[in-house]
Amino acid sequence: MLRWQPVKFVLGHPSRGKVIFGHPGIGRAMLGHQESHIAALGVTRGFSTTTQDSCTSPQVQEARDDGPAQQPTTLKPTHQPFVKNLFLGKFDKKMLTFPEVLDRDQHELLHEMIAPIERFFIEKVDGAKIDKEASIPPETLQGLKELGLYGQQIPEEYGGLGLGATEYARIAEILALDGSIAVTLAAHQAIGLKGILITGNQEQKKKYLPRLACGEWTAAFCLTEPSSGSDAASIQSRATLSKDGKTWLLNGSKIWISNGGSADLLTVFAKTPEVQPNGEVKDKVTAFIVERGFGGVSSSTPEDKMGIRGSNTCEIHFENTPVPIENVLGEIGGGFKVAMNILNSGRFSMGSSGAGIMKKMIGWSMEHAVTRKQFGHHLSEFALIKEKFARMSVAVYAMESMAYITAGVLDSHKNADCSVEAAIVKVFSSESVWHWGSECLQILGGMGYMKPYPFERYLRDARVLLIFEGTNEILRLFIALSGLQHAGIELQSLIKKLRNPLMNPGFILGKSIERLRHQKDNPKLDLDLAGYIHPSLKLGADSLEYCVKRLQYSVEVVLARHGLKVAEPENQLELARLADCAIDIYGMTAVLSRASRSYCIGIRNSAHETHVGVWKMARRGEVISTTITTTPYHHHYHPYHHHYHPQPPSLPPSTSNKGRLRHVRMSNCVPWASRRVWYGRFPSGCSTDRMKTRVPLYLQFYLHIVLPSAHFRSRVKDSSTVVYKLIFATGCYCCF
Amino acid sequence: MSLKVLVGCKRVIDYAVKIRVRPDKLGVVTDGIKHSMNPFDEIAIEEAVRLKEKNIVKEVIAVSCGPTQAQETIRTALAMGADRGIHVEVPAKEMEKLEPLHVSKILAKLAEKEQAELVIVGKQAIDDDTNATAQMTAGILNWPQATFASKIEKKDDFLEVIREIDGGLETIKVKLPAVVSADLRLNEPRYATLPNIMKAKKKKIEKMKPADLGVDTTPHFEVIEVTDPPAREAGIKVEDVDTLLLKLKEVGRI
Repeated sequence: MLRWQPVKFVLGHPSRGKVIFGHPGIGRAMLGHQESHIAALGVTRGFSTTTQDSCTSPQVQEARDDGPAQQPTTLKPTHQPFVKNLFLGKFDKKMLTFPEVLDRDQHELLHEMIAPIERFFIEKVDGAKIDKEASIPPETLQGLKELGLYGQQIPEEYGGLGLGATEYARIAEILALDGSIAVTLAAHQAIGLKGILITGNQEQKKKYLPRLACGEWTAAFCLTEPSSGSDAASIQSRATLSKDGKTWLLNGSKIWISNGGSADLLTVFAKTPEVQPNGEVKDKVTAFIVERGFGGVSSSTPEDKMGIRGSNTCEIHFENTPVPIENVLGEIGGGFKVAMNILNSGRFSMGSSGAGIMKKMIGWSMEHAVTRKQFGHHLSEFALIKEKFARMSVAVYAMESMAYITAGVLDSHKNADCSVEAAIVKVFSSESVWHWGSECLQILGGMGYMKPYPFERYLRDARVLLIFEGTNEILRLFIALSGLQHAGIELQSLIKKLRNPLMNPGFILGKSIERLRHQKDNPKLDLDLAGYIHPSLKLGADSLEYCVKRLQYSVEVVLARHGLKVAEPENQLELARLADCAIDIYGMTAVLSRASRSYCIGIRNSAHETHVGVWKMARRGEVISTTITTTPYHHHYHPYHHHYHPQPPSLPPSTSNKGRLRHVRMSNCVPWASRRVWYGRFPSGCSTDRMKTRVPLYLQFYLHIVLPSAHFRSRVKDSSTVVYKLIFATGCYCCF
Repeated sequence: MSLKVLVGCKRVIDYAVKIRVRPDKLGVVTDGIKHSMNPFDEIAIEEAVRLKEKNIVKEVIAVSCGPTQAQETIRTALAMGADRGIHVEVPAKEMEKLEPLHVSKILAKLAEKEQAELVIVGKQAIDDDTNATAQMTAGILNWPQATFASKIEKKDDFLEVIREIDGGLETIKVKLPAVVSADLRLNEPRYATLPNIMKAKKKKIEKMKPADLGVDTTPHFEVIEVTDPPAREAGIKVEDVDTLLLKLKEVGRI
């Protein structure tokens, strides 16, 4: 298949209790060894998502007629990994300032580039035909090559466009219009030739990049094997050095390789024997650049797939393929790091391509909803439909914000470590597109299900997003374990202090108070995030702070509870929850940052963006707090299940009454709001107590934020615009 | 050949956009709407670039009148292969009232200034559909005109142009210098490729005002009302011609 997550987790891995983080040699416990501290730091750097060579520092904005608010930032030397630090409760407030990367000229240029691509897709790409015939017509491929889309991130000196992460993400939004084409192009440049771009030496770049840039040659990424999908370190292809030491002989077979049938250049990963310092011979993964012309390379017939049917996916077999030693990518034995870097660097663009396709689908569904009448009303007047659109829009806003904030960070810092952020973007976007794409189909009803309409095709194409480039399950574990590992190093010193209370009285006291507050679900909010964004988003910022503090607390709890065994298979439920919290927090940060920026630079519709942002905060904040407070024995629920109601757990009592306490506490804050809203709507005689336990938390936030605002109140009264009708209707819906 | 071609391109509302009438009924909503180059002008640019590739012309100059955003249109023209651009700055308010007469005076002055021997424009703009600029320009310059061209061939020192007229196709000979207006089937415009767009960044765009060319842009007529066309109603089928005539008399059409 296209891509997968080659993190060597303890899923069936023989060495239990170790958090092995991609580098076989790093397998150590998180808390304890000195070497692990240093080695883990090395791993963190090894995971860095390197920026491209001739990066032109771009950043994109959605609205065409606004320029950047300030001058583009120059390349900063270092960037602390944001999400990893979240696990320690450290919030990098710089993230609340949305990175401005493109200057006016680059911005204009980007928009000029978008126009012909969009036209090409509208006029020349017949998605239905591609899907039906399971192939992309050669004229279309030729058109794409001529447009220059085969070398987007290749530096100009090698014949490419030299685009940075942001521009690449923006173009990915349009390419997503056809899933097969998007995947074909991504397999070629985001992973196929990315290895040469980031790890190749000068000769390799000069030799291969020009031909790849113009599309003369297509590239593919060959890692997955029949017995090694998620567990990439267990690949069995082998490369042995010839007697004269000048050629490697490659043997093995790879499956589900995108572009496998047509690729002329393959980035192949195989095991090579390496002599360790202690004389032992170990197999390590090495990356090779293999040309089809080397001989011994054969590919099977294309696979018949559920979606992205136009993309060529097939098996590739290598039989004594001679590979010159100059074609080793990176170091011999360093292939794993290469694979990780390649995958990390392309992952974030799934956020923008997901947003691109969702926006198109929302457009079509919206058109249907405002024209179709049933029961004498347009569909758009029904609250259930409005709810769908409201949540969809929030999800798309979040997807875009996360993708572009990650791209912005990548473009403005050298060697920024965005591996966890990219994974977060991928998980969130893939699941959102799958879920909300399905909802768009639902809005059209029967018509959505029919082949002549594109919805079912886009849904089928979108299903693979959850699988390739690292399955979402693996990525959740990756997010959680990366964070825990990062936290574990720092917490080492904390644990040392905890073990030495007499020597650190002040610290122990502070820590105990903190613990007590967390037990009462009332962490001290001392990060002052609200000070870094527009004042109208204050409540959202407070919600975010609360979530960050709770995450930090949960991390400490989880580490204390499991210690070394946190990576065991049975503890994955908790890890997944931590990952979900991290995903939500990152989403909240991105949304807050972007909404604040929109407001500050006066983009049209910024007020609407603020509402969207705040609403999302409220919702996700509520989900997070419940995620963290429910006991580990509670079954794993899906955080995106939109009929979710937070109930206190009824299973064996945990160490606290967190669930119930939380409800009462929050409602104590807003009793007046409850009284204000339900004038006449609630049955009389209803006590506020009943309301407190019945009313979902996120609604209370919503009421607390939305209704008091005079600005909003007037809009609600004058419910002339669909948008406000929508939000109001959602509120009413939630009342019942 | 030392022929210089002047190509006029207009920035109009994109053809795929659903337009809406402004509340004050004096025009259509243009704020925040997607704009692009007039499709007929794209065909004109494509023809000029093809002539350049055939070495019939030496330089292609793209001209556009409009506000700052018109520069995007010129850039698209440059990305398609034009050599340089001229942007005649007309503020947005004035642009609404800019008439073909003004544009043709500007084009005429520029043709003289640049010593262009061929002026190619699209046959009409999709926003006002006046179909007057090419004809007026030819009139002001006193040059021959070949409008609704569906094929252009250069023979010695004149152009052989096949025109699409109501009755069919007409082939005419036009001596240079001349004004040509492009029709739909003249060619299929190429997509501006991304590498070309990046190269176009380096091409020059000259800026000037209508006043610099001595053209007065005061409007000669005033738009009183713009309304949506009446909603399409159902028709009726009739049995024979007599009933048809009866029905038409009833409605008052004859």
